[in-house]
Amino acid sequence: MTHVFEKRRNRLRAMKELSESYLPPEQVITCPSCGQEVAREEVERALSVCPACGHHFPISGPARLRLVMDGAKYRELYRHVQAGNPLDFPGYDDKLRAAQEKTGLDEAVIVATGEIGGRRCVACVLDSRFMMGSMSAAVGEKLTLGIEYTVRRALPLIIFSASGGARMQEGILSLMQMAKTSAALAKLSQKGLLYISVLTDPTMGGVTASFASLGDVILAEPGALIGFAGPRVIEQTIGQSLPEGFQRAEFLMEHGFIDAIVPRSGLRDALAKLLMLHEGGTAWRKH
Amino acid sequence: MEETLTAAQRVALARQAQRPGICAFIDGLFTGFFEMKGDRLAGEDGAILGGVALYHGQPVTVIGTRKGRTVEENLHCRFGMPGPEGYRKALRLMKQAEKFGRPVITFIDTPGAYPGIAAEERGQGEAIACCLMEMSTLTVPVVSVVTGEGNSGGALALGVANRVLMLENAVYAILSPEGFASILWKDASRHEEACELMKLTAPDLMQLGVIDAIIQEPEGGAQRDAAAQIAMIDRALSAELHALRGMSGRELAAQRMEKFRRMGAPRPEADA
Repeated sequence: MTHVFEKRRNRLRAMKELSESYLPPEQVITCPSCGQEVAREEVERALSVCPACGHHFPISGPARLRLVMDGAKYRELYRHVQAGNPLDFPGYDDKLRAAQEKTGLDEAVIVATGEIGGRRCVACVLDSRFMMGSMSAAVGEKLTLGIEYTVRRALPLIIFSASGGARMQEGILSLMQMAKTSAALAKLSQKGLLYISVLTDPTMGGVTASFASLGDVILAEPGALIGFAGPRVIEQTIGQSLPEGFQRAEFLMEHGFIDAIVPRSGLRDALAKLLMLHEGGTAWRKH
Repeated sequence: MEETLTAAQRVALARQAQRPGICAFIDGLFTGFFEMKGDRLAGEDGAILGGVALYHGQPVTVIGTRKGRTVEENLHCRFGMPGPEGYRKALRLMKQAEKFGRPVITFIDTPGAYPGIAAEERGQGEAIACCLMEMSTLTVPVVSVVTGEGNSGGALALGVANRVLMLENAVYAILSPEGFASILWKDASRHEEACELMKLTAPDLMQLGVIDAIIQEPEGGAQRDAAAQIAMIDRALSAELHALRGMSGRELAAQRMEKFRRMGAPRPEADA
């Protein structure tokens, strides 16, 4: 009995979490995609998806973890790793503090371990509320620590990306995180471990050009903006406007860079299935 | 060393049209260069030039970004901004170098990866990501030289090396100062201010541990005396390759991974 109550409580908490900071505060929301007016409550119930057109509103890192993890439970790892100000960039310390206060997070990524469909895994989630999920040295460090933890315990890894790309205020050190995370993933791959990359809105720049593109399996949420160069930069370079649907998840799948587009309501089941399909040894498996 | 130059002045020097590029380096440093084109998947990209050559009698794989010298060449090479075909060609040549056990030498001088529709359609991000991952695992020596401007993931894609060298007036950054100013302040005209903040000069990067050594330039910059510059690069390059000669393939990959593993690791005081 208590189990049922706990389950319900967790579900309610998960729904509350889902709404944090992203949906406008009004009771009736105008969907930015279809323009329809929809009840906030209805959007929340649909896991922050517009019931009219299926537009996926962004969700926070904690909400994402609660959504996919069994019983909405997970244990956070490496929380203490925080950004410094390596270039002594003016105003950066204040910006960081503001982002920390706004989100209750220390950095733009959460590294966690938990179970999906009864199978233990490590999940890293970028949170776009924290300076657009941009890649700081601390984000790169936490991701790398997470990958190394995964390798030591021989677990599957899932990274949910949501990022505008590099953290400008950390300059070249932000850039170097691309090489650092990619090299860590090379080690994971050499061990024959599974890495599922889930691309959510938006996944851009240096994140696309490193760990986000290196999954054994790459999933995306419907309509997510995914690319290397930003749409505005491309428009300025080529001097023309971009075609409809350019750099959206559907566009990427058409061009061969994504295995499947998975709506949020099916994400947990899709991940559980993939973990199940990659579990266990065959005689030919590495290690 | 010209300590008195500002970061913005170095950016201007690094972009100097007369500065020696990949073709001058290949002519001056190597013999018997054989160019290899194409990514074996979709196309050939003039913005990256690569092939095999002899360096002091030893076969090496040489890969570099190419800006071109004439307007026609500039357009053909998109001013040194590679597309995915270029990065996939580079990776193909690196894997080939690994197969034949020869060192890889890369020369980096690019405004960044090309931002275009076709580049996105063919997976610019994926192509760069694969370069970064695969390059980190190579079991042969890899030495990179940043010779002009090294901007963004488009530069780093050729720069996951055991040793990263940089010419004195070259710059290496997350993106161009114009792009930086426009993203951060929505005002590209503040690029000079950006130059000073970005820590993109060779001495700055040496201090941050991003590069391993600085190669001096002739008085006034590399463009004043290409032959002298090439001799200076030759001295540095042969010393670096010599130093890496005793390492096994496994040690080389481990050293490279460990080197990038340390980049930007938080200082203890930030670890509260």
